[in-house]
Amino acid sequence: MGQVLFWTLAAAALGFGYLVFRVDSMARATFALLASFLAVAGEVLLLGLGYLGVVIALMMVVEMVVMAVFMVMFMMNPAGLVPMTMVHNKAGSAAIAIGTFVALAAGVLVVDWPTRVGEPAPDVTLALGEALMGGQMLTMMTLGVALFATIVATVVLSTARGRYRDEP
Amino acid sequence: MADPSVLPWYAALLLPVLLGGVTWLALVGDALFAGERAAVAAPGREVARLLVGQRRRTVASDALLGRVGGAVLPVAALLAAAVLPLGERPVADLSVGVVWFNAMEVLAWAAVWLVGWGANSAPAMVGGYRFVAQGLAYELPHMFAIITAALGAESLRLTTIVEAQRDLWFVVVMPVAFAVYLLSAAAMAFWGPFDAPVARDVAGGAAAELSGVDRLVFAGGRWLLLVVAAAMAVPLFLGGGAGPLLPAWAWVAVKTAAVLALLLWLRHRFPTVRVDRFVPFAWVVLIPLTIAQALAVALVVLGGA
Amino acid sequence: MTLEAFLLLAAGLFAIGLYGALSQQSIVMLMMGLELMLNGVIVAAAAFWYFVSPAGSDGQVLVVVVITAMAIEMAVGFAVVTAIYRARQVDMTDDAADLKG
Repeated sequence: MGQVLFWTLAAAALGFGYLVFRVDSMARATFALLASFLAVAGEVLLLGLGYLGVVIALMMVVEMVVMAVFMVMFMMNPAGLVPMTMVHNKAGSAAIAIGTFVALAAGVLVVDWPTRVGEPAPDVTLALGEALMGGQMLTMMTLGVALFATIVATVVLSTARGRYRDEP
Repeated sequence: MADPSVLPWYAALLLPVLLGGVTWLALVGDALFAGERAAVAAPGREVARLLVGQRRRTVASDALLGRVGGAVLPVAALLAAAVLPLGERPVADLSVGVVWFNAMEVLAWAAVWLVGWGANSAPAMVGGYRFVAQGLAYELPHMFAIITAALGAESLRLTTIVEAQRDLWFVVVMPVAFAVYLLSAAAMAFWGPFDAPVARDVAGGAAAELSGVDRLVFAGGRWLLLVVAAAMAVPLFLGGGAGPLLPAWAWVAVKTAAVLALLLWLRHRFPTVRVDRFVPFAWVVLIPLTIAQALAVALVVLGGA
Repeated sequence: MTLEAFLLLAAGLFAIGLYGALSQQSIVMLMMGLELMLNGVIVAAAAFWYFVSPAGSDGQVLVVVVITAMAIEMAVGFAVVTAIYRARQVDMTDDAADLKG
């Protein structure tokens, strides 16, 4: 059962991920990406990480809805009514991507991975919380400061005033 | 061996039926508030009218996304209700129940935007965007409110949260969180003062181009989401099934009915709030309030433990 | 459900994302490619946590860091797109090549 679920979700993640760059409609591309993300969240749930899986799903739904808003705002063909390709150097990028995949896959299959040491904690979420508030407090604080800096930077960049001028 | 802390597996199939029944009663209640005649038959009339109505197709519509969005709305509400304790036991007692509920109701954002997008119609698009803006406004106060309830019980599992309220209901400990939760429950189902996404000034907003079965599914999803959000207030803030005489499920029903009546009354009492006035209020007033509430509860929990 | 299977999935997601990030002209589509790459990293990090050292929480913290990185990247990316659009009325990477060469 776990095997079937894993391969179904993996195929969904890769399939929808590829569809993102094949469809003409920007809205469909955004929601294909969301479907790929939800498949990845399912994979993380399969590994027993309940909290992280649900958080990934939650965040990605919100992010993709916001991305859909930006898509429609900036793209000239959001509904895909006119077929279009907006790519540059398609053959080169495909070559690089395939080459990267072959190299990574070769590494995955050849490397002698370490064997499993230990069992997951009975409450994985609690273990994560204790780690973030304890041993990994530095990580937590860095993330907090980074998020705050992002909030300030994005607000500055996107207000009508911008960084230099007064209100236009 | 069945797990005694959750309902048996067939309860998952009965859950939509049960929620459908409660939604029906909520519709009757709304008709009563509106002062309609023969309010008991009001939902039946609406359902029959929509079932025989003709579905509408607009030019160059994105039917795939529009239909998917319409279908996701009730499905999201039902999935969110999977962690709701019906009485004492839920259908699925997830250890991250609060976050699961949050994730499922956020799917409504995607659903309403997709419905607004699918119709290839300007008022529908405006309705969809209004809901996204409203969503961004209420979501953070909503998250802080439910996390404050989880903080009070030191667990994300809903049955544990109900257990922790055996001595004192959380509505007494964290009243600000409860009030903000009620506001966000109305906002997440774009109900009452928060129905700008489907308001009359945009010809019905996101639901403008829906008719027939599509409209029935969309409206049904919206009502289901309202009922589930109201019902979730009971385990989070009102002590779940605790109460003197009646069994747990009866108390859950009574408390849910009370919260639903309050939310239904809101629609008939207050006019629609403009989204661009609600957004600054949510970000400037509600978020600091809910953070302060969470801080207060955290200090109480740390001091007591 | 072996480590190799998860890592192959991660490599596949990373490669598809790389293709998108390199080939797309629109900035928003390029960011979608970046998101897919980070998706692959999340799967790899979670798989390593489960199959190599499940007793600790370092793998989980890594997943949290990557998720936060995704959110930050998207936010700043959209702010930059907005700023470029306001300055020049374009949203294509080819027109944002000021620092090139």
